[in-house]
Amino acid sequence: MAPINDKATPHNETLVKKLEKMALLIRRNSLIMTTKVSSGHPGGSLSCADILAAIYFHHLRHDPKNPSWTDRDRFIMSKGHASPALYSALAEAGYFLKEELWKFRKIGSMLQGHPDMKKTPGVDASTGTLGQGLSVGVGMSLAFRLNGKSSRVYVLLGDGELNEGQIWEAAMSASHYHIDNLTAIVDYNRQQLSGRTDIVMSLEPLAEKWRSFGWNVIDTDGHQIKQILDSLDEAEKAKGKPTVIIARTNKGKGASILEKSFAAGECKYHGTPLNETDLNKCLEELHE
Amino acid sequence: MSERVAATRDVYGETLVELGRTNKDIVVLDADLSPSTKTNLFAKEFPDRFFDVGIAEANLVSVAAGLASAGKVAFASTFTVFAVEKGLNQFKQSVAYPKLNVKLVTTHGGMSVGEDGSSHFCIEDVAIMRAMPNVTVLVPSDGVETRFATRAIAKQSGPFFMRLSRPKTSLIFDDDYGYGGRDFDFEVGKSVPLKDGKDVTIFAMGLMVAESLSAASELAKDGIDAGVVDVHTVKPLDKEAILQAAAHTGALVTAEEHNIYGGLGGAVAEVLVEEAPVPMARVGIMDTYGESGSWKDLFVKYGLTAQNITTAVKKVLKRKSK
Repeated sequence: MAPINDKATPHNETLVKKLEKMALLIRRNSLIMTTKVSSGHPGGSLSCADILAAIYFHHLRHDPKNPSWTDRDRFIMSKGHASPALYSALAEAGYFLKEELWKFRKIGSMLQGHPDMKKTPGVDASTGTLGQGLSVGVGMSLAFRLNGKSSRVYVLLGDGELNEGQIWEAAMSASHYHIDNLTAIVDYNRQQLSGRTDIVMSLEPLAEKWRSFGWNVIDTDGHQIKQILDSLDEAEKAKGKPTVIIARTNKGKGASILEKSFAAGECKYHGTPLNETDLNKCLEELHE
Repeated sequence: MSERVAATRDVYGETLVELGRTNKDIVVLDADLSPSTKTNLFAKEFPDRFFDVGIAEANLVSVAAGLASAGKVAFASTFTVFAVEKGLNQFKQSVAYPKLNVKLVTTHGGMSVGEDGSSHFCIEDVAIMRAMPNVTVLVPSDGVETRFATRAIAKQSGPFFMRLSRPKTSLIFDDDYGYGGRDFDFEVGKSVPLKDGKDVTIFAMGLMVAESLSAASELAKDGIDAGVVDVHTVKPLDKEAILQAAAHTGALVTAEEHNIYGGLGGAVAEVLVEEAPVPMARVGIMDTYGESGSWKDLFVKYGLTAQNITTAVKKVLKRKSK
């Protein structure tokens, strides 16, 4: 079985350009699908679009033609409300037809409000209630190690999600078991549903928290494709401990209406889609 | 001959070791209670396949889900109250909803935990787990049944919840799962008719099966012929057996070490009221928390004895004759 991605490809301009284009598609799809159904979470989908592009279209060993390939890497969208970004990536990768995206959150759709591993090809874990994905990732990592498999596990966490106590239970256990086939990525967009993360529940000093829990920590710009790619490679070099990439991002990245709103301290675009007019304005910005 | 006794948790631990020897995909997880849940027996023989996540029940359940999703048969154990009530949403989202192959086998269920007191009792577990789609709910009655149940659920894929008990109790079944000259095959979802009766049938789960058999003997002295059914699987419920008993004896009593709401009594009542409304009565904990004490004293104080069952039977028979 051959994965679609070759991690050995150098992180050159050609690759970066390709992935930037994928990130753009993820952003466009995410905004369109949420507006179409007047529901869903655009802000946090846009903040993680570059990360998903880097993972799904370069770093992850997977095969959209064979979603149940046992030896594939796993990706867990622990911040399940960013499902529009995940589904966009999966559709662009070829797990299902792009038309499915426009049925997002509608009755009978394979694309549930939050990721569902039984309904959607390519979804590796059912998530939605926050805080559980890292633990599931720990379990998968342990299974691969037991089986002598080289599969790796990637878990995307929200920054607000780090409020959940279970994240730290999982963090403690991952380093206790010396798991090094697990990479967590924090989408550090500094905004959660009801406000700024430093106002709702302070996370800082975040890197020190992870370090004190026994993790290898990489700080990165979550919108610079090359930096993300380098960080994902670097994470694999850490032996005997798990790695977390703290990806600094902006909520609503790429859509000025959302970015301005979040910058002004508003939270409405966390879980409210754009209206048609604003969507069209944003889509005009989201061009190559 | 010495009395044959066992704690269901002890037998569970032994059976895990037996299963672990033949099925290399079995992994066992615990949350710092392995000496009590007896998963320490598995840990000793298969240290590589045992994970103690510490006192972290949410992580326990979700890590088990991760292992199961990557092909393992994951048994996760701790006390019932902690597993069910601290790992509940994890069990729902990460295990039950995606139908993963996780067996949440919890010990120290019900009130028979005893001296530890109410904080450590769990009298809501069956109601909670029964309300969750995709979950099979088992409550074995003794050590032998626990052995057969553990073997059975290891073979069946999917989410299982099985409640076990702390105390050592007399074995009901012989070593081959026979009782009263009858041989049974353990089958998930199929109740076990331990004793036939003409006047009334008692449906019981867990430690209340033994109490029900004692009650039937007492009732016989008063000329009342009571049947006893061991309901080791509360979900899916053996509807057939309930309807048959309703038709043959015309009156039912349920007995459970569980709150009177939502457990076995509730489940049986749901069947009867829709399909065969015959007089029934429920024996269980009367919607109250417990306290510290020996489990036998607690059973007396909180209405979980053979005596409570005979009283309920006599009451229900009066309604039947009207």
